[in-house]
Amino acid sequence: MSDHKTMTLTLIVWRQKNANDPGKFETYTAKGITEHHSFLEMLDCVNEDLIHSGKDPIVFDHDCREGICGMCSQVINGAPHGGQDRTTVCQLHMRKFKDGDTIYIEPWRARAFPIIKDLIVDRSALDKIVQAGGYTSCHTGGVADGNAILIPKPVADEAMDAAECVGCGACVAGCPNGAAMLFTGAKVSQLALLPQGRAEAAARVKNMSNAMTECGFGNCTNHYECQAACPKGINVKFIARMNREFIKAQF
Amino acid sequence: MQLFTSSIGRKILMAITGLGMVMFVIVHLLGNSSIFAGPGGLNTYAEHLHSMPLPIIAGFRIAMLVFICVHIWFGIQLTIENRGGRPQQYAVKACQKASFASENMIWTGALLLLFIVYHLLQFTFRVTPEVAGFAGQMPGNVFGMVVTSFKNFFITFIYAGAMVTLFLHLTHGIQSFFQTMGWSNDCVQPGITKTGTLVALILFLGYVAIPLTIFAGILKG
Amino acid sequence: MILDGKCPTGPIEKTWDKHRFDLKLVNPANKRKYNVIVVGTGLAGGAAAASLGELGYNVQAFCYQDSPRRAHSIAAQGGINAAKNYPNDGDSIYRLFYDTIKGGDFRAREADVWRLAQVSNNIIDQCVAQGVPFARDYAGYLDNRSFGGAQVSRTFFARGQTGQQLLLGAYSALSRQIKAGTVKMYDRREMLDLVVVDGVARGITVRNLVTGQLESYAADAVCLCTGGYVNVFYLSTNAMGCSVTANWKAHKKGAYFANPCYTQIHPTCIPQAGDYQSKLTLMSESLRNDGRVWVPKKKEDCGKHPNEVPEDARDYYLERKYPSYGNLAPRDIASRAAKEQCDDGRGVGPGGRGVYLDFADSIKRLGEDTIRERYGNLFEMYEKITDENGYKRPMRMYPAPHYAMGGLWVDYNLMSNVPGLFVLGEANFSVHGANRLGASALMQGLADGYFVIPYTIGGYLATVKPGQVKTDNPEFKKCEEDVKAEQNKLLGINGKKTVFEFMRELGHLMWENCGMARTKESLEINLKKIPALREEFWKNVKVTGSGAELNQQLENAGRTADFLEFGELLCRDALHRNESCGGHFRVEYQDAGEAQRDDANFCYVGAWEYKGLEKEPELHKEPLKFENVHLAVRSYK
Repeated sequence: MSDHKTMTLTLIVWRQKNANDPGKFETYTAKGITEHHSFLEMLDCVNEDLIHSGKDPIVFDHDCREGICGMCSQVINGAPHGGQDRTTVCQLHMRKFKDGDTIYIEPWRARAFPIIKDLIVDRSALDKIVQAGGYTSCHTGGVADGNAILIPKPVADEAMDAAECVGCGACVAGCPNGAAMLFTGAKVSQLALLPQGRAEAAARVKNMSNAMTECGFGNCTNHYECQAACPKGINVKFIARMNREFIKAQF
Repeated sequence: MQLFTSSIGRKILMAITGLGMVMFVIVHLLGNSSIFAGPGGLNTYAEHLHSMPLPIIAGFRIAMLVFICVHIWFGIQLTIENRGGRPQQYAVKACQKASFASENMIWTGALLLLFIVYHLLQFTFRVTPEVAGFAGQMPGNVFGMVVTSFKNFFITFIYAGAMVTLFLHLTHGIQSFFQTMGWSNDCVQPGITKTGTLVALILFLGYVAIPLTIFAGILKG
Repeated sequence: MILDGKCPTGPIEKTWDKHRFDLKLVNPANKRKYNVIVVGTGLAGGAAAASLGELGYNVQAFCYQDSPRRAHSIAAQGGINAAKNYPNDGDSIYRLFYDTIKGGDFRAREADVWRLAQVSNNIIDQCVAQGVPFARDYAGYLDNRSFGGAQVSRTFFARGQTGQQLLLGAYSALSRQIKAGTVKMYDRREMLDLVVVDGVARGITVRNLVTGQLESYAADAVCLCTGGYVNVFYLSTNAMGCSVTANWKAHKKGAYFANPCYTQIHPTCIPQAGDYQSKLTLMSESLRNDGRVWVPKKKEDCGKHPNEVPEDARDYYLERKYPSYGNLAPRDIASRAAKEQCDDGRGVGPGGRGVYLDFADSIKRLGEDTIRERYGNLFEMYEKITDENGYKRPMRMYPAPHYAMGGLWVDYNLMSNVPGLFVLGEANFSVHGANRLGASALMQGLADGYFVIPYTIGGYLATVKPGQVKTDNPEFKKCEEDVKAEQNKLLGINGKKTVFEFMRELGHLMWENCGMARTKESLEINLKKIPALREEFWKNVKVTGSGAELNQQLENAGRTADFLEFGELLCRDALHRNESCGGHFRVEYQDAGEAQRDDANFCYVGAWEYKGLEKEPELHKEPLKFENVHLAVRSYK
């Protein structure tokens, strides 16, 4: 509300008209921002000003604005999602910034994620990885009772830890190699941990890791930047598990 | 064969060949430590190695050569691919977990390769000027050769520098081995990282002790 | 006109089985000759596209997001109901059916609700088989929790991310079909028109959101799985992209819009912090399992730190008013009660629009670790947004628009009055009546997608020849031209106000005059102000850029234009329904704060037919019969 102190910030934002445009940084000023603004609401304010002055607003992906859809994707001062622990851009609040700060805003940068416009990138490569095997091949209908397969709590919990991935691609954006190992490892691990996913475990890990390479993602060199970037805190142990599954799949 | 073409497969090859070389480095240090027992220690050890049957020596050397070649070949290949993984860098660099060591494996690796070549030319093929006198006899007075060499500041400096490089390479390499082989999880990973660093540190201290003690005049011929 | 829902008759327990048998089948070899369009890839759309593809139909699926995995079903937190009776606490299909009819305040069809309850168990099995990591106990059995409006524990959950996990299950099944080639996925496409040829739905017009190109797709049947419309209130728990557009375009092409006034206001959302705010965040209803809702008894205490208000100065109003359900009273009742306390001047937080949800007792009883394990992610989310620690001081909550019970009218087969147009999930009106119980939206979406449409669409397709209309039909060209003309109009106005400013104004009108409490007067105000706002919009909106590129303003402008038309219909429906039921509360019709239904005059589905923009829509009625659950005053006391 109006009694809050407001901030003025300098934004240096990547603008790129389309995939073929080389793109460049533009500088904007965000005025009247309170600590309760979310980062995206701050950008909304900047955009409203831009529209009023007849300029093209900054386009960025966003949808649920509650940290679960995985749509928002900005690198803020070099850190995907702004670097706050377990936080997506849409949940990042301006109280983490100070009056007068200069903020660099860039899109995800990776070979596998071509830029579409400004801060929007094409992440369909992640869908392709899932299509290569991120499922159990069960039919609709004709499955066993949910309690027919017993899954002890620790196993179910660990599978859930892996399944929390929102598919935003921050792991790829954070990885100096543009690798998608954390994304892929999380899905492979979730299904490898659960008995219902075991039947296809070997084929899955092979196909998904091949898809990863085909889509142009780099290779893992164990920097663990992905875990730091992940807004859901997915642990790199799932990469280790994927490696383990890969070795098992060779025999 | 997926091992030689896939992303994870090639990483596994890097890990296994890396492990082989770490094993060698450990055994090599244990053997070299015999230098602290004086001329007799190191020379006897060298005699013993040279008296092993030829197939074992040749086999060992070929294996090491294969390990090194595989490690280098895929190391370069993967690095080139990875550099392409993010063609454009961010305006602000803000790494949270990556370290100097993890980011510069290719360069520490390249320096180590140069060092290995130099080290072999010096102490195995004995073609560098300061050891020319020892070239005739195999193994001969290894102790004398080593002590003569490390009295030279530049040689000591090169060796000490190489050991720093090895330390950096191994701090990332050892824990990376466990991760790549899938023998890691969130419980053991911090322990593995610390142990890996500790092993790298012990190797560094062990190796660097030889040139430094000789240069400082503590270990004398 | 009296509408016929084509519900099967006979004993309710047999209706769905009998109907399934009576439906015609499409020969397996012929299925691939049929094209089916599925718009939206949430629980209903994702499940439908995957299941229809697996059956062998040629499916084309569309979503406006960059991936089918991002549909807003993903944000559902608490859980999904099923009548498994695993806890042995007296649950049954009949009880789930009964609770849902009663929870919907007797404004849903019995046969539809029975089917939902019957297939609920299959959903759990299906999701488990897909690898959805539902919560389990140490022995490995599925775990349950309680939800509002029920006295049994029948809610299955995956931490606080049940919707996400169920959606990822459907997405994985969909991905499998995309790989198999039975489903062709079109992402970043927004449906902007329904193509109707000779009264039959034959395809859609979409805008490619990346290139701006308009594209036409033809099919033998079109399934709209396009979610709800509560973004008409601007601030809601829906995603920013959720809109009424697909439904509204279908409505303008002849599909009836049923019960638009039934909107659910969720009782536990994080209160608004400022005018710039773009959305409200829901906190799962499951929190009410362990949290106690209160406000200070005296107005003077409202400004105090909550922990300084002594126990005897607190009014645990839900426990006081509804002793048997207490904090787990259904959503409509809990929301209204919160509004009542705040209207009484005893609200807390900025502007006095908030009530406390207090975990202190549960933490004392169970320990902070247990609470953290159950709701950790919700507490984390609350702290990120408000900068307050929910373990140390009570959370502040206020109701917010959350779900639309109303939607396009469909018959028992989920087909609208336009042949070939099917509507699934939140986009239809079918099972929740006037109020939806917690954990049943996920159930409905998946039921429609996995276990209803695969049967009922076959019954329709078996009666039509495949591929009768292709995109070269002049109607497709006409639709594209109409869409293009509307876009050019929006881009050409170049007025003074942004799209957001109009949307905020509309939202304000809707929330103030047609929100949790509605009166004849307030609705009449809206029926004057909304058309005026709409007129201003078409004269004074400013949309920069062009139509031939990625243009988010243009997308929002189109959605806002539709909301400006739809909002009026919502108010009109609310005005005509002279009763209070579920999410529709007319101040004139109450009994000491409790909703007063008028079964003699309003026990029907109100379905509106579009007659032209400045013309009054025509109301069609589908009478509701209650043969199994007897009409009664809904009491949770």
